[in-house]
Amino acid sequence: MTRYVLRRLVQIVITFFLFQTLTFFLLYAQPGDIANQYLLNPNLPPDAAERLRQELGLDKPPHLQYIQYMKNFLTGNLGVSFTNYPRPVIDIIKERLPRTLVLFFTATIISFYVGFALGKVLAWRRGGLFEYGVTVVGVTLYTVFTPWFALMMIWLFAYKLNLFPTGKFVTPTLWQNAPVDANTVFGRMIYTGILGSVVAFVVYLLVRRLPPPTRNMSGILAVLAGLLGMVIPWVQSPLARYAVDILWHMVLPILTLTLISFAGTMLLTRNSLLETMREDFILAARAKGLPEKVVRDKHAARTALLPVVTSLVFSLAFAIDGGVITETMFSWPGMGLTLLNAVVQEDIPLAMGAFSFTGILALLAHLAADLLYAYLDPRIRYS
Amino acid sequence: MSDASSVTVIHRPLWRVRLELFWKSVRANWALFVENPIGVIGLAIILFFALMAVLHPILMKTVWDPTVYDPITGYDFEILRHPAPPSARHLLGTDPLGRDVLSQLMYSTQTEFILGVVAALITVTIGTLIGALSAYYGGVIDTLFMRLADLVIMLPFISILIVLSALFKLNMLKLALVIGILSGFGGVTVIIKSQALSIKVKPYIEAARVAGGGDWHIIVVHFIPNLLPLSFLYMMFTVTSAIFSEAVLSFFGLINIRMSWGIMIHTTQTAGYLLNVGQYWWLVIPAGLAITLLCSAFYLVGRALDEVVNPRLRRR
Repeated sequence: MTRYVLRRLVQIVITFFLFQTLTFFLLYAQPGDIANQYLLNPNLPPDAAERLRQELGLDKPPHLQYIQYMKNFLTGNLGVSFTNYPRPVIDIIKERLPRTLVLFFTATIISFYVGFALGKVLAWRRGGLFEYGVTVVGVTLYTVFTPWFALMMIWLFAYKLNLFPTGKFVTPTLWQNAPVDANTVFGRMIYTGILGSVVAFVVYLLVRRLPPPTRNMSGILAVLAGLLGMVIPWVQSPLARYAVDILWHMVLPILTLTLISFAGTMLLTRNSLLETMREDFILAARAKGLPEKVVRDKHAARTALLPVVTSLVFSLAFAIDGGVITETMFSWPGMGLTLLNAVVQEDIPLAMGAFSFTGILALLAHLAADLLYAYLDPRIRYS
Repeated sequence: MSDASSVTVIHRPLWRVRLELFWKSVRANWALFVENPIGVIGLAIILFFALMAVLHPILMKTVWDPTVYDPITGYDFEILRHPAPPSARHLLGTDPLGRDVLSQLMYSTQTEFILGVVAALITVTIGTLIGALSAYYGGVIDTLFMRLADLVIMLPFISILIVLSALFKLNMLKLALVIGILSGFGGVTVIIKSQALSIKVKPYIEAARVAGGGDWHIIVVHFIPNLLPLSFLYMMFTVTSAIFSEAVLSFFGLINIRMSWGIMIHTTQTAGYLLNVGQYWWLVIPAGLAITLLCSAFYLVGRALDEVVNPRLRRR
């Protein structure tokens, strides 16, 4: 197992190096550079663009720039963003990556639960009108033209019903006199989120040891305890209203992402469950006289969970890429929006930084999915 | 069965026997496909859009005056304010530049079909060929293409397309080529290769080799025909992703296409009517719905084909 992980890590480093090289030269090959953005500015002297190029090192031949970039990257220096000069790239990523991850993580977890529950029902009631209806609606949402769908959601919930803001991260008027900035509050929200999840997990483990009538409610009790664990630290805090403001801005993007992605889990669960149901141990469970619900939830669904969980891990890897569309539509200042702007404005260091993190996320998720697979299914052994 | 009839079977030319066998399997698979209403719904939507694509040039020749109804250069001078709401003259109204929305919608259908089919054909050609080659030869070829697939799967698809759009000034065919190559070398190859691996160990491959069949003969005659059903299935999913990608890039205004559903929404956005969906619904709803419906139709057909191709999903 250790040897397998080590070998995979070596492969990951090589793949990542190739990925870096590919994206660097793709970005570099774009016509023009950042200095072009200033050519039309009448207040700048004509040689300003040339001087800017020299200062940023853009006048050097591409292979030298590439070697310089890789050297800096290996020492942990991602450079300075051109468009947010002189802010370091790593600083911008530190600020924006959590925003994207929180958005996608929440949406993925919700859509996973919804999708898994629906997928189980679909497989069990195969061939009914219910299955066809849910599948057609699910697939339509899954393949929906995302920018258009986000727009419809904004129009309906923010514009017509006036329930949620139309986009952005915070309400500026509320934050004018705020004692701290949004990033601090958001950081604390992430910590309480983690705290709540830990509390929920501990409560779940404890309740499961109790006798049956209480044990059956372990899921509900765990969720309640987790929510309490998230809310209690904020009750007395003067920052609570700011946290609520950020949460209020998160609802609509998360709702949209959940609606778009739940069908993926649902359809995968259905197929996986249909394949599992042909196995002999399901026949054995039925022959033992177990109730259908127990066969479905305890015997079939657990086995069918395998590919679903790995695809869940994998889908998180593409959070930044998916964020390009969603974050643009909701003006959510996360990594996706940053990547799009950096690419369009030819801010090469920032775009490279964003691409690097996309690559790292994808590679680590790939590895995590493989390891999780071996952990969940004892039949799989890596050597 | 009598002896006489089996003799007549043998005397029929080989191509006729093959054709009849092919026709028989098509009919059997069609029966399996029709059993599932999901695929039939998808197919109906695709046929509806195909009809729209075919009708457009006919309407332009007969009923619609090109100076008014041309999807790109048309302008209706008889209406004073554009965008105009739907009327008998313009069934889906006009866009901010005074062009007929229905005509644009129907014209774009042709483009989407061409894009989708070209991208899908490129994807499955690459995917099937490379999948078959890496499964058959193994070793260095296999490692090389599988690591390449890992790299391609890792690429953030939409972001890379945005970078490429700045690089190449993508038009329809170039976009189809890029999407086809990117998805062909990626996930499709891996799936087709694993299918090809299961074919490699079948007894008839051994028999073909013993009978003196060369590498190329075995790949072309035995591997590829057995991989085609799976390739066909992934064609459907590629069409969905191609149409979707084109719409996203057009929506951001990044590609060089004269008219498409994505461009229609982009035009609405640049003219500033985007958040006025309630008042100017005909500028946003038809195009967005068309993209969504056609994408989901191909996806539904793909799902239904999956149940035909994958025996583990069939009903008992």
